[in-house]
Amino acid sequence: MASLRHLRELEVLREELRKSKDSGQICITICGGTGCRALGSEELLAAIKAELNHHRTKNVEVKLTGCHGLCERGPIVVIQPEGIFYPGLRSENVPEVIQAILADRVVDRLLYHDPSTGKPVIRQEDIPFYRKQKRLVLAANGRIDPTSIYDYIAIGGYQALGKALQMDPEEIIEEIKRAGLRGRGGAGFPTGKKWELCRRAPGTKKYVICNGDEGDPGAYMDRSVLEGNPHSVIEGMIIGAYAVGANEGYIYVRAEYPLAIKHLRIAIAQAEELGLLGEDILGSGFSFHLHIFEGAGAFVCGEETALIASIEGRRGQPRPRPPYPVESGLFGKPTVINNVETWANVPLIIAHGAEWFRSMGTPGSPGTKIFSLTGKVKNTGLVEVPMGITLRELIFEIGGGPPEGKRFKAVQIGGPSGGCLPAELLDLPIDYESLTQAGAMMGSGGMVVVDEDTCMVELARFFLEFTQAESCGQCPPCRLGTKRMLEILTRITQGRGKPGDLSLLEELALGVREASLCGLGRTAPNPVLTTLRYFRTEYEAHLEGRCPAKFCRALLAYQIDPELCVGCGLCAQTCPQGAIFGEKGKPHRIEMRLCVRCGACAAACPKGAISAR
Amino acid sequence: MFAFVERREVLYTRIEELLAKWPQEPRFLIPVLQAVQEQLGYLPPEALEKIAEKLGISLSRVYGVATFYTQFVFKPRGQNFVRICLGTACHVRGAAQVLEELLRWKEVEVEPVRCLGACALAPVVVTADGKYHGGMTPLKVRTLVQTLRKGRDG
Repeated sequence: MASLRHLRELEVLREELRKSKDSGQICITICGGTGCRALGSEELLAAIKAELNHHRTKNVEVKLTGCHGLCERGPIVVIQPEGIFYPGLRSENVPEVIQAILADRVVDRLLYHDPSTGKPVIRQEDIPFYRKQKRLVLAANGRIDPTSIYDYIAIGGYQALGKALQMDPEEIIEEIKRAGLRGRGGAGFPTGKKWELCRRAPGTKKYVICNGDEGDPGAYMDRSVLEGNPHSVIEGMIIGAYAVGANEGYIYVRAEYPLAIKHLRIAIAQAEELGLLGEDILGSGFSFHLHIFEGAGAFVCGEETALIASIEGRRGQPRPRPPYPVESGLFGKPTVINNVETWANVPLIIAHGAEWFRSMGTPGSPGTKIFSLTGKVKNTGLVEVPMGITLRELIFEIGGGPPEGKRFKAVQIGGPSGGCLPAELLDLPIDYESLTQAGAMMGSGGMVVVDEDTCMVELARFFLEFTQAESCGQCPPCRLGTKRMLEILTRITQGRGKPGDLSLLEELALGVREASLCGLGRTAPNPVLTTLRYFRTEYEAHLEGRCPAKFCRALLAYQIDPELCVGCGLCAQTCPQGAIFGEKGKPHRIEMRLCVRCGACAAACPKGAISAR
Repeated sequence: MFAFVERREVLYTRIEELLAKWPQEPRFLIPVLQAVQEQLGYLPPEALEKIAEKLGISLSRVYGVATFYTQFVFKPRGQNFVRICLGTACHVRGAAQVLEELLRWKEVEVEPVRCLGACALAPVVVTADGKYHGGMTPLKVRTLVQTLRKGRDG
């Protein structure tokens, strides 16, 4: 690879790359995201390559790409250019599929079948999961090999950088401001404004940071972007650095994401080799150096001042703001810190313009947002939709709703700092303001769907357990408040709740929210406050000794229906406590004093005679 | 006693070699800890002492930082080491029951972690070889333990 010394050379390279590729050439793309890899995409790649060799075919390209999004049905294989979509392909299906490709046919049996009509769907874009989406940031994910900078350049990569380097830094900031891009990592602070503040801050040494410490459980869009299209983030960061006047940057990635780190390392090395990173980028005189910092595992490091402390080699404890990082950030220098998805949006805005970006989403929250749809939903996966779409469209039309005909109960948005929204709010449009008003928050975009089998009190306890454990321990409201709240919630789920617990819980929650130092503490009470607001009856039921979702063990009482029991004795044999008595052929009974409520008997009963109450 | 001294000597040499690759500035503390743990598998007290000396910071600061982050461990890990994801998506699909079953097997060393980002496979368990086991149930845990046993004995 020769270093590119001028913008023209980049365009020449792009032309060459495009010419060398026949647009009609068949390309088999296999999803290489963490989810699909776990389901066997690497074995599948080997099988496909072997089969193509067997046919001695040279004009079929095979690629391991980034995440395609429909993780539930992995490993995903898409045949380009037509976009023929095969979910859940196994190695034994490979010969059949390759034969079909070579004969210009499809294998109906292995296609995606629309669950509502039962009919096979051939093309990816016609699948209900993809139809309603607007994939911009994720657009290239399923098309390029993330370990090849040439793939990225061929589809127009680093074009925005070339354009930006010919603009004035102020012009770039103005463009981002006009686009109305807001931080995709949580609070939704206007990105252009942040850049402007940093540019105006005095000093010559400045930094840009990419926050890839995606700690929210149930959110993995940043991982997928870093794994599947690392250059889009790098390009965004170079543009941002040029705009604010920074010449050094860090990408902070969780150590739990080894594949993302690997792909980033490759991408940075390739960009350096081509002269897109380093000294005098494309002959513009602008220099920028980018480093990777591997996070060592602490949820609180998603908070910007804690993340900075971590890069500086200290405990990841937040500090009071102001001063904000744009004035005094990394090593005391002005620093812009944006999350992965925000950076990945930057090249799109520069390339297509602010008006184009504003044409999607809502006036207050323009553009698209990636959500990870997880939990009790049919189509687990990553979806990118325009802002302003309703929860119902997202969860039911794209996600397919809860599986096994279960009733939708709530959706937990924004990770442990977010809130649980009930079925009544399904028609709420998704944007920063309406989510905050409803008591949740955008957060990083994690959406965990829960159905009737989930106990909301227990879910609130789960989140509190998380935030309590992840509290850095610096400020007392968060350190002590979350602990006391967790105690009360645990007590309630164990059937030891006391009258007055709910008002005490509310009082504590409001106190922790008001008085905590950083975002972790200030938002930790959200799951408790929203469940108290929307599911108060469940709390009250627990205080009366019932768990309506039949989840909290201490509150369950198993019983055998004498009408249904045939006296087969299977339950008595299964019971680890020997708590079931009865004669052969006659209805059995459970001795509650001995029962540990494990539910083994109910699972063993062939007649469905045992149920929890 | 002799063996102990020798082990210490060997450790010191290995740590010295590792540390030589890093600039001796306090800000490199976390990458240095990561590099040492990657080589040794854990952070023995000797390593922390050497790191403090090399980077010119107090042992208490090294220890304070190392204990703050969940990545760092201070004793060697067992052979049958598994991670179980306790993220929200895994939780609502029954990770607690999977954990309960895992904990019953004394030969398995279990480390609960917060979200591995493989939510489509929930509930998920990752074995020491980096393999993801998705859709776990208490029953599947028993099969997994059997395979781990076989792998060790065979």
